[in-house]
This record gives sequence, structure tokens and C-alpha cells, in this order.
Amino acid sequence: MPYAVKRTGFYALVVFIVLFSVFPFYYAILTSLKSGTALFRVNYLPVDFSLANYEGVLTNGVFPTNILNSVIVAVVVVAISLFLAVTAAYALSRINFAGRGLLLLTILAVSMFPQIAVLAGLFEMVRWAGVYNTLFSLIFAYMIFTLPFTVWVLTTFMRDLPIEIEEAAIVDGASPFTIVMRVFLPLMWPALVTTGLLAFIAAWNEFLFALTFISNNSTRTVPVAIALLSGASEQEIPWGTIMAASVIVTVPLIVLVLIFQRKIISGLTAGGVKG
Amino acid sequence: MANVQAGVPPTDKALDVERKGARPRSDLSRQRLRSAWLFLAPMLLVLALVAGWPLLKTIWFSLTNASLSDLEGAEFVGLRNYWEYVDYGDGEGEYFGLLFDPQWWNAVYNTVYYSVISVAIETVLGLVFALVLNAEFKGRGFVRAAVLIPWAIPTIVSAKMWAWMMNDQFGILNDMLMAIGIISAPVAWTASPDTAMWAVIIVDVWKTTPFMALLILAGLQMVPGDVYEAAKIDGIHPVKVFWKVTLPLIRPAILVAVIFRALDALRVFDLIYVLTPNNTQTKSMSVFAQENLFQFDKFAYGSAASTLLFLVIAFITLFYIKIARLDLGGRGK
Repeated sequence: MPYAVKRTGFYALVVFIVLFSVFPFYYAILTSLKSGTALFRVNYLPVDFSLANYEGVLTNGVFPTNILNSVIVAVVVVAISLFLAVTAAYALSRINFAGRGLLLLTILAVSMFPQIAVLAGLFEMVRWAGVYNTLFSLIFAYMIFTLPFTVWVLTTFMRDLPIEIEEAAIVDGASPFTIVMRVFLPLMWPALVTTGLLAFIAAWNEFLFALTFISNNSTRTVPVAIALLSGASEQEIPWGTIMAASVIVTVPLIVLVLIFQRKIISGLTAGGVKG
Repeated sequence: MANVQAGVPPTDKALDVERKGARPRSDLSRQRLRSAWLFLAPMLLVLALVAGWPLLKTIWFSLTNASLSDLEGAEFVGLRNYWEYVDYGDGEGEYFGLLFDPQWWNAVYNTVYYSVISVAIETVLGLVFALVLNAEFKGRGFVRAAVLIPWAIPTIVSAKMWAWMMNDQFGILNDMLMAIGIISAPVAWTASPDTAMWAVIIVDVWKTTPFMALLILAGLQMVPGDVYEAAKIDGIHPVKVFWKVTLPLIRPAILVAVIFRALDALRVFDLIYVLTPNNTQTKSMSVFAQENLFQFDKFAYGSAASTLLFLVIAFITLFYIKIARLDLGGRGK
């Protein structure tokens, strides 16, 4: 095959990959900028520019509260799981004790749990604890997927640090807690940022628990709020508003992901997090 | 770079501080051991509360007659939610329970069908993407960033975005396909029984192919460059190099990626619930369980469905852990 043909074929494939990845979101943005009947004309390039949908979703109803709820839940979940995971990962990666391998396998197994398997039991617990319809139920429930993942990735990361960094501190008689806080934490910022971001995304996107444990519109998180956005009647699906809401909750994620691109790819491949 | 592969359990290398420095000082070892359990305790407690106990409760509920309004009054009924024979007398009788429920088997069929097809397409497409991303060309960084976008978009948002693109009257997908002449009349992608499952698969492929590609790419990047150089010097055709050299070398990475995706696909809920609500053609096991638990007031029955799904996934997980372990053993220390 001549070189030119091969080269053209390759670049055609590259263009296909980029269009395949980017087009649906581009089209969502395009739709969100349309208003009135413009919505029902198919355009491939931007022709309308109306912020009416954004104004609508941000001023009418409880969507801003939903965003705030999602931010609170995701931030608290990330903070708690990172705190619990750093010390646990230290123990799992740098202290030799009987049953360590079994423990790691258990944690891996929990990360594969289907959420539906714990849904009935968690629901009973949430009601019993009186946190049904509050954000606490989600903060608690989300530990099931963020905690095993953060522990796993941080363990992998800490295990690869050299022994020398710890030796001096041990000789000086520092306690394990001091070693974690003073020696490891400063070295771990990159890993903490990556795992924290991935856990944040997972918590931000979660749907099943959020749908089940919250029944109050103003306590809902954004995925459920978007799924339940509806118009005046069953037939009138407010596509413009839905697309505006979708763009609002997705743009921050995309920006973060693009900024931390390299780190995320290494974190993803170390932890095999679900999409 | 020892462990770029997804989910390979950390190995025991290089970190035994005890073995090296502190073996003679046993109080130090004991102190470290004590703090190990102290450090692990909060994490283990949370996991037990959020995963262990609720799982046991779900299994328990599946053996009772619990209803949503009366969870406390649940009474043990044995395996009746799974399997029950009701004798009508004079030799007549009928089987009831999940294992005899055509709707459950329909959900099992849908889930397996969806998982097999979407994971297969994602693997092939992911491999193609990974090969492209592994090549050197201008703008590779840009393409790599673009590929991450579908992965970063929440599942609910992608379901809604595609529902709009697949809209029968105003959707851009029908517009495109009609423009190039593939279809002659608009298709109601998400509502029509013939296409609903394919609509779900299309969205899933779009959303998760990048993830597959990145996992496979990690495997590709571990193949040493001199392998290709040697093949080039020997004048071996690139296609043959791919089948005989590249593919065998990245097979473990692909296998791990496939199992991860398959486990994920088997528990699918969000996408189907939002893209094709109340459609028997696409109802998955998770959707079936959630409906019975919270909409049909058949809490015990829904728990039984959840338990069965858990058993299926647990079985595959054990299989996976076994593979990962073998892989570890094979690589040596």
C-alpha cells in the first residue's frame, strides 16, 4: 500500500475517534443554546445563541440546591474516604502482618459488589438510623465504592515508595502515625489528588442509591434531578432545559479531567475504576 | 510501572521494613503490628457496616415475607421466594418463585445479551483506539484528551444526551442516517422493541470504549520497543507482528479489562432505567430487583433477585481473583 494512502487512512481513523468521542457532548451544548421552536430544527453547526435554558434551570425550581447537594456529598465522601484510606493503605503496604493478603482480596471483592446486592439491607439501615431523605444516607452509602477503590490505589502507590524514606524516621523512634503524617503525606499529594478526583467523579455520578434513599426534590443530587426533570405534561419533555442542566454538571468534570489527564490515566489503570 | 494492569493485587516486594531493619527489636515490630490493626480498624468497620451487614440483611430478607411497609415484621419462609411448589391436590400443582418467573428469566437474558454484545464491541473498538493512541502522530495528546470526555460524562447525562439524539421526530441520528440513506423513515430508537436494546448498547459502547482503550493502552505501552524493531529488521509484515507478537503480549491486559467491564455490565442499572424506562426488551436484573423492592411492594422477592445477581457476580469475581493470582505467580518475585 502506498504510504500516502496508509497515512490518509490512519488520519481518517483519528478524525473518526475524535468525532465519536466529542460529537454527542458538542450536540448537547448546541441544543442547550436553542430556545423555542429552534429546538426542533436539526442543525450541525451552531446557529442559535440563547441562554434562556440556562437561566431557566438556574432560577426556576430547586436545581441550584441539587448542585449544592451533590457538591456537599461528593466533597465529604472524598474527605472521609481519603482519611480512612491513607492510614489503612500504610498498614496494608508497609507493615507485614498475618492475613494481609486475605484482607486485600476482601477489599478487592467489595469493590466488585453490585450495588443492588446491598440495596435492601442498606435501605433498612438508613431508615433505622433515621437518615432516610437526608444527605447523610448517601455519604454513608457511597463509602461502599469509594473506600475500597481509594485503599487499593493508595496501597499500590505507597508500596512502590523506597524503604529509605521510612528508615530514618523509625530509627528516630517516630510513631507509625507520625510517620504517615510527616513522612508519607507530603510525598503522596499526587496520588491523593488523583484518587480523590476519581472518587469525587464516582460520587458525583451515582444514581441508584440517590434515587432510592432520597424522595424529596430539594434533597436530591444532580443525576436524579436531571433524570426526573419533566415538563408541564408527560408529552412535553423539556429537552433544552435538560441539556442545559447536563452541560452545567458535566463541564466542571471535563475541565478537571482534562487538567489531570495524565494522573487520571495512571490512576484508572492502577485501580480499574468503573466508568 | 510494575503494576499498571487493572486491579492486580499488590505484591510483597521491597517493603519489608521489619525484615530489614527492625527484626531484632521486637517491641518495635509489635508496636508496628498494633498500629497496623489500629489503622485498619476504622476502614474495616465502615466496610463491614456499609457492605457486609447490608449484604447479609439482603440475603435474610430474601428468605422472608418482608414487605416495604413492614420490614420489622418479616417472617422466615425458607426458599419460597426462589422456589415453591403449590400442590392443588389430586396430582395437580404449580411452581412459583423467582426461578419459575418468566419475567426474571427475561431480565437475565437481557442482561447477559447486553453484557456479551457491548463488552465484545467495546473490546474490539477499544483495541483499535488503543493501537491508534499508541502510534506516534501530531496531535496525539489532543486525541487522548478527547477520548476521555465520554468517560467523564455522568451516565445519566449521557443517557439523556443520547435519548435526545435518538428522538424519533427531532433526533439528529435519524436525520444523519436518512441523509446518507441507511434508513428511509425515522426510527423510534429507544421506544421500539426492535431497537431499544441496541440503543442501550450504542450508548454504553460510546461511554465505555475510552475506558477499555486506556486499559489496553497501558498494556500496549509495556511491550518493549525492541520487540517491534527486531520484527522490522526480520522483515515481518506488521499484520503478522500484531497477531503473533502484540496480541499475545497484551492478552493479560485485555483479559483483565474484559472481566472488569463484564462485572460492570452485569449490574447495569442507570443507563437502562433512564434511556428506556419500563421496556421489557431492555429490563436488566438490577432494574428488575429495584422495581420489585421499591415499586411493586415485593421487597422479599426483590431481595431474592438481588441475592441471585450477587451470587453470579461473586462467582465471576472469584474466577477473576484466581486469574490475577496466577498472573502474579507467573511473573515471579
